[in-house]
Amino acid sequence: MSYYEPKDLADFPNITEWAQKEGNKFFEYYGAATSAGKLTEREKSLIALTVAITQNCPYCIDAYTTKCMSLGISSEEMMEAAHTGAAMMAGVTLAHSTQMRKIIKKKEM
Amino acid sequence: MDARNQLRILGQIGNIPYLAKKIREINMFPIRAKGIDILQINLGYLCNLSCRHCHVDAGPHRTEIMSKPVLDKCLEILSSFPISTIDITGGSPEMNPHLEWFIGDAARLNRRLIVRSNLTLLLEEPYRRFMDVFAQNKVEIVTSLPDYLETKSDRQRGTGTFAKVVEAMRELNLRGYGMKGSDLIIDIVHNPVGAYLPGSQAALEHEYRERLVFEQGVHFNQLFCLTNLPVGRYLDYLIESGNFEEYLSALCHSFNPAAVKNIMCRTMLSVGWNGSLYDCDFNQMLDLTVNSGAPAGIMDFDMDKLKNREIVINNHCYGCVAGCGSSCQGATTAGN
Repeated sequence: MSYYEPKDLADFPNITEWAQKEGNKFFEYYGAATSAGKLTEREKSLIALTVAITQNCPYCIDAYTTKCMSLGISSEEMMEAAHTGAAMMAGVTLAHSTQMRKIIKKKEM
Repeated sequence: MDARNQLRILGQIGNIPYLAKKIREINMFPIRAKGIDILQINLGYLCNLSCRHCHVDAGPHRTEIMSKPVLDKCLEILSSFPISTIDITGGSPEMNPHLEWFIGDAARLNRRLIVRSNLTLLLEEPYRRFMDVFAQNKVEIVTSLPDYLETKSDRQRGTGTFAKVVEAMRELNLRGYGMKGSDLIIDIVHNPVGAYLPGSQAALEHEYRERLVFEQGVHFNQLFCLTNLPVGRYLDYLIESGNFEEYLSALCHSFNPAAVKNIMCRTMLSVGWNGSLYDCDFNQMLDLTVNSGAPAGIMDFDMDKLKNREIVINNHCYGCVAGCGSSCQGATTAGN
């Protein structure tokens, strides 16, 4: 048995158990934030997929890959989004190296 | 796989509850018909294509073809009752030698007249004439185009089919089909190319229109999203690809009570090539004839018994009540 199992995703709606008020507020917010607004459902799904991949969430990757396929988003478009996420992660890492550079320059003779 | 084996597999769905149980939980069991608005006539299983998702298992190898006496009886029933829509399907309906005659007589009844055509055949002789036959009789054409991407569509329907559909659509557009101000209608059916459910019909229609108009220069009226039901070749695909249980689970988790209320079999009657009667084309492929005292053959047609018959359901029907609902006319609930 693995810690992550696809069937666990079906339990996600039950997170309201033991903290119903907060859980319901989360789902209300989640629904509003992920449905079409100024951005289309398609655009939001690609953003959600990219975040899921960069944050290594297997449940969200499963859910949003499937949702992107359902919306007719091509494999090429999804892979392009994954690269945008990868580039952002690399950029975020390297941007933090400026902190390292600053400390080195301050402390080295 | 024969119908009996398909039903056996559909009865082995692990921890997923039977659909009948889900429908009982919402107090809608048994589902009953509320009339017959659509007579869907399957002219036979012979087809020039062998699509990987086909629930009919249609193809060039099939020999089942509807005979003229059965078609005569369909016309007699249509003349006698105010059934608003005549929906002709197959196989390739054009490969039934009686189609042209039947369309002519059916058109004179002034009903909504639909032919489900794969279009690819219309580029070949002797079928090319059907472009004009359809136009002259104001037949609504419904055609399958699983994806607006050629590679994906061809993976499901065979290499070169996307290009042929587009070419036939161009010729039909020239006759007025799908064009603004014209009363000639051509609708497209989208169904997922794989083991997932269709997304929002409105969103997909927008994408199809953008791509087909701007990239291919072809026009259409509406897009219908259809969920693939686990029947026929699509069931084979689900099993072979290891997706069967997960797909059934996805359908079950997307169960939508509103879609049960609007399920197409409540207003449709399906006629098989040999005159057998079914609640829908999917039940036809599983040999599930109408039941509960209603006559199962068209020669014994009895409107009083059929119009409020109990619908025969099985676990494949999850496909029609998942998400926004699915029917031969696309999604069945709002929010699509």
